[in-house]
Amino acid sequence: MLHEQELKTFVEGTTNFFEVTAQQPASIGSPYLMEGSPAVHEYTGVINISGKREGVVYFTAPKAMLTVLLMKMQENDFSHETMRDLVGEVANTISGNARRDFGRDFVISVPSVLSGEKPQIPQKPGLRSFIIPINWRSHSAKLIVSLT
Amino acid sequence: MRNSNGPAMNGSGKRFFKLMIVDDSTIMRRRIERSQHFEDLQLVGAAGNGLEALELFKKTDPDVVTMDLTMPRMDGIECIGQLVALKPAVRILVISALADKATAVEAMERGANGFLEKPFTDRQLNEAIADLMR
Repeated sequence: MLHEQELKTFVEGTTNFFEVTAQQPASIGSPYLMEGSPAVHEYTGVINISGKREGVVYFTAPKAMLTVLLMKMQENDFSHETMRDLVGEVANTISGNARRDFGRDFVISVPSVLSGEKPQIPQKPGLRSFIIPINWRSHSAKLIVSLT
Repeated sequence: MRNSNGPAMNGSGKRFFKLMIVDDSTIMRRRIERSQHFEDLQLVGAAGNGLEALELFKKTDPDVVTMDLTMPRMDGIECIGQLVALKPAVRILVISALADKATAVEAMERGANGFLEKPFTDRQLNEAIADLMR
């Protein structure tokens, strides 16, 4: 199960991502325990975790937020494929950075992406999931961390 | 015209380095290409995984490679070893989110010359490439 210090690793990783990539800090809310199936946005990057820990890390964000983030990155392609690429890359970066604290046995998969009308985040039995709210400019996103 | 295992020369006798970018994210490949500011660095190709990188490497013979680690089909660590076996003088900059020291050490042991952690600024990218080309 995730401990407070471990959640802090993901909060710091998320903070760092926005500060460095967008040169504009995000406001990260207090993590809370997920109950039921969470509301997800149009695009969700998914990283499966294996090795010393098992689970999944999701980064879910609306298209409007991803569009502005792409602009801040000087990107000029705002296609569906680019949005999918970006959510995968954000999830990958935050999860990969977590190895600074979790170590190399925290094995991360290549990203997969959920998108479309109402994608469902599958619930894995026995895993407690925490939601880390992210507010950036006028947009809201979530990092969802489900780990043994 | 080419020096053996060294940078190529253009028509006016100026040396230039051939760059290959390897990353499974199209955004990251474009970002690296756009953000590097070296006149003597010429992009010769970009690949989305280690296997593609090997094929492209054989065709384009780059001097400098930026290499992601977490990729489908063949990961960056495996690919570094194979590229160095093909061309020991190649200079490889790992650009990866994997932030643990053991991974950086393994990449260097396989033959990488530098390690830049994602996320990165343009300045950090250019400093890392400059270090690589010295």
